[in-house]
Formats: sequence, structure tokens, C-alpha cells
Amino acid sequence: MYVAVKGGEKAILNSHKLLAEERRGDPSVPEVSLRQIDQQLGLAVDRVMTEGSLYDRGLVALAIKQARGDLVEAVFLLRAYRTTLPRLAVSEPIDTAAMAVRRRVSATYKDLPGGQVLGPTYDYTHRLLDFALAAETDAPPEALEPAEEPVAHPMLRVCDVLGGEDLLEPETPAGDPASGEPEPFDLTREPLSFPAGRDQRLQNLARGDEGFLLALGYSTQRGFGGNHPFAGEIRLGEVSVEIVPEELGFAIDIGEITVTECQMVNQFAGSASRPAQFTRGYGLTFGHCERKAMAMALVDRALRCRELDETARYPAQDEEFVLYHSDNVEASGFVQHLKLPHYVDFQAELELVRRLRADHGDARRKEAAE
Amino acid sequence: MTSGIGAAEPMQTTRAAIGDSDPDGADRYNYAYLDEQTKRMIRRCLLKALAVPGYQVPFGSREMPLPYGWGTGGIQVTASIIGPDDVLKVIDQGADDTTNAVSIRRFFARVAAVETTEATAEATVIQTRHRIPEQPLREGQILVYQVPQPEPLRKLEPREGETRKMHAYAEYGLMHVRLYEDIARFGRIATTYSYPVMVNGRHVMSPTPIPKFDNPKMGGNPAVQLFGAGREKRIYAVPPYTDVRSLDFEDHPFAIQRWDECCALCGAGDSYLDEVILDDRGGRMFVCSDTDHCGTRRARGHTGRLGADAATAAAAKPRGAAR
Repeated sequence: MYVAVKGGEKAILNSHKLLAEERRGDPSVPEVSLRQIDQQLGLAVDRVMTEGSLYDRGLVALAIKQARGDLVEAVFLLRAYRTTLPRLAVSEPIDTAAMAVRRRVSATYKDLPGGQVLGPTYDYTHRLLDFALAAETDAPPEALEPAEEPVAHPMLRVCDVLGGEDLLEPETPAGDPASGEPEPFDLTREPLSFPAGRDQRLQNLARGDEGFLLALGYSTQRGFGGNHPFAGEIRLGEVSVEIVPEELGFAIDIGEITVTECQMVNQFAGSASRPAQFTRGYGLTFGHCERKAMAMALVDRALRCRELDETARYPAQDEEFVLYHSDNVEASGFVQHLKLPHYVDFQAELELVRRLRADHGDARRKEAAE
Repeated sequence: MTSGIGAAEPMQTTRAAIGDSDPDGADRYNYAYLDEQTKRMIRRCLLKALAVPGYQVPFGSREMPLPYGWGTGGIQVTASIIGPDDVLKVIDQGADDTTNAVSIRRFFARVAAVETTEATAEATVIQTRHRIPEQPLREGQILVYQVPQPEPLRKLEPREGETRKMHAYAEYGLMHVRLYEDIARFGRIATTYSYPVMVNGRHVMSPTPIPKFDNPKMGGNPAVQLFGAGREKRIYAVPPYTDVRSLDFEDHPFAIQRWDECCALCGAGDSYLDEVILDDRGGRMFVCSDTDHCGTRRARGHTGRLGADAATAAAAKPRGAAR
């Protein structure tokens, strides 16, 4: 006898209950707190803030907890919340020259004003599992001696050094709402349009999936899009966010955010109208997401091929390819929508394949008869 | 459509701080989830879409609490047109009780406090994925389609810049060549769903992945047909009583699917059928994909080959379903 088994409301509700149970895990193990996630899984929080494009460590910790550590799911949760928030103001551009720097490295100069500041980095750790952490003794980390001199503030940006000599192309300023220019493009309000301006592209890349950008950036280094990049500067630190309220008419500081900025310096041979000059690729993320910022800078530069009269030959140079496929919330949703029932369409295809097979059989029989 | 265009714009509802007493969180969101400014933006796009039938209007698609590809475009369209007096029906594959239809219906019941129904005739707004109901729609009803890929030319040309030009110049030769290639290779047009249509004699449009069986229902339909593609950020529309033709050739006219069998439950011979596998020895049956249509027919006394059994089964309530 035929009984239609279809997922109903009850099945969905039960699935939610099961999920909640799985999320909590063994109840005899203490529940993880949002503060613990924020403090001890800080880089996960940074990544979700960046790709979720919402700077709120508390909400992100909640999203990570709710998503059981699935960071792409956490990005989705955060985005779905963010979309309901009113947009109160557009901030002034942040000034990374005025950053309170915690880390700053340049691969283009051995030494420069402010020096190389290593800061907290995994770069020179030996990737040996630290079994002392497994012991969970919660021993305080070794005390750090204060440096002999404080970190320079403000710290000169490498790009400003090169720019001063006109060796590096000037950065095109984005729209400045205060002076009556149009606001920068906002992908969360308007759909992508092509050819994409740099504001669209950088916003898209900043929100883009780290893994996707990493692979694309890597591809440009392996010859699928050939610019030899130099890591002009990578800096991590705190910057002020300012807005200009209409009723005041001047900028006020509304808080501080941590950002990672990467300026890639690339060769450019010049053209008939322009002398040889270094060109920029730019990466910026919330928090400490160095890998993402560097990959973003490589892809940004690759995507500038049209404006620099370079032939677009490779995936990383193809703006529709890159910008349409960088968003992990979109990609994850559409890939996984294949789980939804498609039996109406499948039935249509079944009917066709059966008919085509029947036609084929008829033709073969007819041939044999002749 | 009770929420009129240009209605007063209430400010965004006040948002309580995280960790407040409201465990459900529903009253932290505006009516029908989207804020009023967003609804107004979407309604403007809908008006533009209705004014240029079949033209894809880019819109500022919002990130919804449901995944992209799972109906976010349809949900945004529904959220923008729905009001408390509406009666909502949600179907997926023609059925009201498929998981995603249940999930979307629950979403609107929660954020829009709207009455829901499974009866096609009672609904004022019907959100659908992959089917058009069998029962003819009437004036005043709105059919909202969920659209995975709004661009009918996308599989022929992956670049948006190019396809927009092709629409602008009404350059649809490529599509006809594709259909012709099917005929050359298979002796027939081998497109069974998402079968392209010409709307109002001007724009080639994707009917969404409905089976071509449903294509003839689009033309001259008294209902408003709205299409929302959330991930691709496009809205398009077919106003009531608009000419919608499936592309074909004089010597290979468009034809819809036919089955040798009737619905095993209600005996319908003119509805779209789903194939259900009964055992591992090739046993199968065909049933209406439109559950409301099938149920209504059975309530009127129509029965199919396995109708009596099925009536017993229905009375015993299907496993896992809460109807």
C-alpha cells in the first residue's frame, strides 16, 4: 500500500530539537561561553566579522556558538541579522596612517621609519602541537618585557613613501558624502553591476570567502594571471571610526575597530599615455585576517587588468567570474539547494529519456528490418 | 495586496537589546520581516517589472534568514506585497507539505501573522517553486515564483554584460539555434522544464524550472505573476492577460508532456504526474504532483487505480506529515 512520506512540520521541528542536542554535545562538559569564544577563538571571530560584514564580537561569538563552529554558517547567521539593521550613517574613510599599530611588516624595505613590528604572528612558530595546551592547566603565558621604545605613532605607510616619489600610482579617492560626492556603492543595498567600480569590487572581495580568494590569489602567483607582487606593507591595529552627524556638521569619533590592511605593490610597464609605475592591490579586513587581506590584494590587482590595459586571460582577472562567485553565503545556499526536491523536473527528464530511448530502439529495429 | 504602494511608512520597529526576554525574537522584526523602505524599493521594482513584461529588473536583494537558492527572491516579493488580510499558500513541486514549503509557510505565519491555506481557490497570494497549480487562477490572485536563475540565456552565455545586450537588441537567435540543435540531434526539442517563453512579443523569459507542461498556463492568465530571484537579484513579472508563448518552430510545434497513465489516487488524466517507486521490482505508480488538486478531486468522489487504498492511508495520516 502506498503511503506518501513527506517531511512535514513535525519532522522539521523534531530536526531542530535534534540539532539543539547535537550542538550542546555531552551535557556533562561545561557549556562554552560567548566570552570564551571571543577571547580564545578570536581569529574565528575575526573571519566571521569580516565575511559577515558586521563588526560586533559578541554577536559573532553567538553566531559561532549557534553554528557549532561552522564559520560559513555563522557568516550566514550574522548576515541575516545584519540585513535587518537600519543604516544610520556612512562613516568617514578610516585613516590607517593614524592606526595604533600592533603589527607592521614590509617586504619591500629592510628598514624604514617605525621599523618592522612583528607583533602577534604564527609566521615564525614551528608548527609543533603544543601538548602543554592539552593539559589545560591554564598556566598564564610567559610575561612579556616591555620594548625599549614605544611603537611609533603615527607610523608612516610604505605606500606614502613610494607615492611621494610618484613611483606608485595615487589611490583614487572614493566618493565622499560630506563634500557632496555620491556615496560609495553598497552591495547590501544595490545589486552588483558591471563593469564594477573599485568600490563595488573591494566591498565584494572584503565580504568574499577567504578560501575562494586564497585560491584565486594563489593562481595569479602560479602564472594564471601574471603580476609579480611585493607585499609593500601589512599592518594590524586599531583605527578610529568617525561619522559626521548632519546636525553637527563635523566628525565625531564613535569608536575603535581592529583592522588588517595589506598594500601589494605590483609592476606596471606603462603604456603610451602613462610612464612605468608601480600599481596597487588593496586588501582590508576586520580584525586580524592577514591571509585574507593578502589574497584580497592579489585579486584586486588582477581584476584591475581592464583599467590598466592588460588582457584578461585568467579566472582571477575575470570580474564577472570572481565577483559573482566570491560570496560564500550565496554559493553555499545555491549548492545546497540541490537538496530540495526536484522531482517534478526529474520526472520531466525521465519522460524525455524514456521517449528518446524508445525512439532510438524504433530506429534501430527499422534499420535492422531494412 | 492590502499593503498599498505609497502607504504611510512606519519607522522601523524598535529593536530590543540582545538577551532580552523575547525568546522567539519575532517581535524584534518589522511586519513581514523586511523593513518598510526595502518593501517600497521592491514594490517599485515590481511596478517596473509589470510595466515591461518579461524584463529582468535588478533589485537590491536583501539577505534573508533562509538560504540563497531556497526561495529568498520569492520570499522577498511575498513579504513586500502581503498584508494581514491576505491568505497565503506555499507550494514546492506542487505540494503544500514538502519541507521547504512548510518552512516558508511557517516563516510567514511567524513574521506576518497571515492566514495560510492549502486550497488554491482560497489563496490571495500563492508562492510556488517548480509548479503552477492545476486549478485555473482568477483575477485578484497573485502567483509568486521562486527563481533560481532568471536569465534564460545564461546557459548559452555566462556573462551578464552580454546577455543584457542580447535582451536589449532582442537578439534571440542563439536560443533558436539551441532548440534547433536539439531537433537535429534528438529529433525533438529536448527541453522539458525551464522551457523558454516569449513574453508580450518582446522579451524571452525563463518560466523558472516549471515543467513545460505548465507553460501554457502562463499566457492570458487572469492572475498577476511575479518572479523573484534573490541570489541573482532580479525581479520580473507577467501582468494579467499577457501573451506568453513557448518558443518553437512551425514544423516542430510546442507540445506538453503526456502520460499513458492517470493519477492512481484521483484518476485525473490531465494533471502533471509524479512517479512514485513502490518497491525494488519495478513497481511504480503515478500521482498528481498538485496535492490540493488531487485532494479536492478525491473529496468530490473521483478515485484512481489505488484510490481506495490511498483514502485509507490518508485517513491514517501519512508518516512524518502534520496536516
